[in-house]
Amino acid sequence: MKKRRYGMVIDLDRCTGCGACSVACAAENNVPPAAPRATERTGITPLRVQPVSNGASGPARREVFIPLMCMQCGEHTPCVSVCPQQAVEVDSATGIVTQMPQRCLGCRYCMTACPYHARYFNWWDPEWPAGMEKTLNPGVATRMRGVVEKCNLCHSRLHAAEDKAAAANQREVNPADYVPACVEACPTGAILFGDLADETSAVARAARAPQAFRLLEKLGTEPKVYYRSNRPWVRALAEPRTVPAKEVQRG
Amino acid sequence: MPRTLLAFAIGFGAALAAGWGAFPRVLYQKKVQPIEFRHKTHAAKSGTSACGDCHALRDDGGFGGIPATASCAGCHGEPMGATKAEAALVNDYVKPHRETPWLVYARQPANVRFSHAIHTRLAGLKCAECHGAQGETDAVKPYEVNRISGYSRDIWGRSMSRLRRAPHEGMKMTDCEDCHRKRGVEAGCLGCHQ
Ligand code: HEC
Ligand code: HEC
Ligand code: HEC
Ligand code: HEC
Ligand code: HEC
Repeated sequence: MKKRRYGMVIDLDRCTGCGACSVACAAENNVPPAAPRATERTGITPLRVQPVSNGASGPARREVFIPLMCMQCGEHTPCVSVCPQQAVEVDSATGIVTQMPQRCLGCRYCMTACPYHARYFNWWDPEWPAGMEKTLNPGVATRMRGVVEKCNLCHSRLHAAEDKAAAANQREVNPADYVPACVEACPTGAILFGDLADETSAVARAARAPQAFRLLEKLGTEPKVYYRSNRPWVRALAEPRTVPAKEVQRG
Repeated sequence: MPRTLLAFAIGFGAALAAGWGAFPRVLYQKKVQPIEFRHKTHAAKSGTSACGDCHALRDDGGFGGIPATASCAGCHGEPMGATKAEAALVNDYVKPHRETPWLVYARQPANVRFSHAIHTRLAGLKCAECHGAQGETDAVKPYEVNRISGYSRDIWGRSMSRLRRAPHEGMKMTDCEDCHRKRGVEAGCLGCHQ
């Protein structure tokens, strides 16, 4: 199979903050409902929607919603370099930063290292309300207490697309068959997903546009999740010094 | 000195015997399949000898696995022969429309992703390379479950030492990888895990 670099461009001007992506993500990836004792810090939200304002009050106030998940760093991947277990790697075929919960020993070093706070620790064994376990996705193993998890770009959908291609004697995945759950669920079509290595793909073109940016680009981690906005103040959020921390609301 | 050496040798031998002889008996529990199914009968008498007739690959890439009771019903709506096994199939499963709770020898842990489409269609591997003679059984072999992990014994394989292991015996991570290395296949963690 040819080398791919899966990534996305999220149009912040289209995001309404509805949270459909978060819900679709949890359902697809067998993330259980929050444990009774879970807090905002200990719950599991591989994709969360963060509201941020421009810091002004009154009529000058502007808000934007930023969907945050694993940025799929391509270089100096902080989580990979700190993992003592080799439970995290950048998959060479797809560019996906893969987290292997079954290998994880739960030290949470990667959570500290991740500049995007995109990693979550399972403080409790997962529990589903009676009957709901029948709706679990058979293509995603549930995680146990004591391991870290994060967005794997809906890898079970990639598996399904690979299997479908293989059944048709094809080695290349049809791009239409591999669409992560958040992308599919977004009612405004704000998320563009695809292969960044394919220069002609819509996502690669959108990522090259001047309105496109990445979070904390100066760290040099080369994320494969891009954002775009026509609003300069939104683009300026990408480098945190321009927004005093006290102005960033917690969602 | 020779006395201590002898004591050591006896102790060592006893530990080995316990580890390789007695331990597997304690570790594995035998279970019987719900129905005495024979692949041989079907190849000889029903004309359904193509494995794909019963174990089909779906167009969406999924693998049908062991066939559902409905696919046996066409022939086994009423018993054709006089075997007890067939009567059990008809009365216990086909007529009440119940699925047969087959015990799957090859079943991997839930976090393993295995694709038959990739291996049988793209790579063109024969079923027997991984399953041995399971497609020609003349009697169901006992299913053995590991009491600790809950996995089938076929994952580790019959031989405890794994020294003279036939290629289809056992399917540990290293076994997948051995074959991949031989054939120059590169699969990352995510390829085989889910
Ligand atoms: C008439 C339908 C039928 C045909 C044809 C058939 N099988 Fe099966 N197969 C079954 C049933 C039913 C089982 C479950 C009982 C058992 O394990 O023996 C099974 C089980 C198996 C298993 C065991 C799976 C596991 O790990 O538990 C393998 C392997 C297998 N078949 C391979 C084959 C191969 C190879 C062929 C072609 C040579 C074949 N089968 C043809 C019905 C069929
Ligand atoms: C194409 C027709 C056909 C299909 C489909 C079929 N069988 Fe059979 N089966 C036969 C025939 C013919 C016999 C032999 C009956 C006899 O003479 O005793 C048989 C015998 C059996 C027996 C008796 C024991 C033996 O193997 O000799 C069992 C059990 C059985 N089948 C199970 C199944 C199951 C389970 C399925 C579905 C997965 C199935 N069969 C599908 C034709 C079929
Ligand atoms: C490269 C090795 C390989 C080859 C080739 C292969 N299998 Fe399998 N098979 C497996 C593994 C591994 C599993 C366990 C999959 C799992 O648990 O997810 C399995 C599972 C099965 C099962 C049980 C499925 C279930 O979960 O109920 C059947 C039936 C089966 N194989 C039949 C076949 C047949 C028929 C062929 C040939 C067309 C074949 N296999 C070729 C490795 C192989
Ligand atoms: C008998 C040899 C053999 C065994 C055993 C085997 N494989 Fe494979 N596997 C292959 C071959 C050959 C390919 C290459 C398929 C192709 O693209 O032609 C392959 C490809 C794959 C791929 C896709 C890699 C890619 O190119 O992206 C995955 C994933 C995979 N195997 C998983 C497994 C798992 C999991 C097991 C063990 C349960 C396993 N394989 C056991 C021969 C084997
Ligand atoms: C070629 C396929 C393949 C690849 C590649 C692969 N695995 Fe595995 N892995 C398996 C299979 C099959 C099992 C289950 C059988 C066993 O226990 O060996 C397994 C089991 C495991 C287990 C034990 C889980 C348990 O519950 O006992 C861990 C941990 C693991 N793999 C981690 C990894 C990591 C980390 C990578 C990447 C560096 C990786 N695997 C790559 C096939 C693979």
